[in-house]
Amino acid sequence: MAISGTVQKTETVPIVSSSDVVLVRQRVRIWTTEMKFSLVEQTKIVTAASELGRNTLEHGGGGSLELALVVNGARQGLRLRFSDKGPGIVDIALAMKDGYTTGSGLGLGLGGSKRLMNEFEIDTKPGDGTTITTIRWK
Amino acid sequence: MERIPILRMGNYLLVTIQVDMHDKLALTLQDDLTNRIIEANAKGVLIDISSLEIVDSFIGRTLANIASMARVLDAETVVVGMQPAVAITLVELGMSLPGIRTALNVESGMEYLRETVEDHEESDGDFGDSTED
Repeated sequence: MAISGTVQKTETVPIVSSSDVVLVRQRVRIWTTEMKFSLVEQTKIVTAASELGRNTLEHGGGGSLELALVVNGARQGLRLRFSDKGPGIVDIALAMKDGYTTGSGLGLGLGGSKRLMNEFEIDTKPGDGTTITTIRWK
Repeated sequence: MERIPILRMGNYLLVTIQVDMHDKLALTLQDDLTNRIIEANAKGVLIDISSLEIVDSFIGRTLANIASMARVLDAETVVVGMQPAVAITLVELGMSLPGIRTALNVESGMEYLRETVEDHEESDGDFGDSTED
């Protein structure tokens, strides 16, 4: 099922270097604070953003994050969409598995950030980049 | 180049991470600490992460690497001051930081290091001049 909701406000953060991953964390922190998420929720969202931002940089060769305030009925959520033009993910099920990595990491990025968020969707084609859309509802 | 300062106090090295570290800075800290353990003949390393608002898998792995490298170099590592929200998030992320000794604050962390190092030490400790940089 597609992730839906009316978009109210967006911001885009480019991800081209490892200091941009820090910027991603800072911008996501500011959004979660403004949206009045609890401290634990803020920490989860920022941590997920850090994992996914690093993936965009390391596996996708760079890309961007779009933050969006989405409203679905009475619910408000923060949507994070990470896009890159990298090699794409060949086997999504395998990539989601804890401990599986093609890089030098621990392989916790995708599976771990899915657990930290409420909705999680991967759109990828081998050779044609990856877009990961994830939402945490309030 | 940007660096996290490492303080020496007797046989111990103390690090307080007060900035949001990008990955390269974390790796630099790992290298610097390993070198300082040898230079200072350190027996214990205390890393204060009470200012860190998140610990993701990369930072977690760096902390685990530091602890392993220190152990190989005959030094104990203790990580202190993790915020509760960070602990909750780390476990949900799938990282329980095995192999890392933690303590609630600097005081109990130092107490742990002293006890452990004393247990291991038979000969005289070099509690000479403290230096910092």
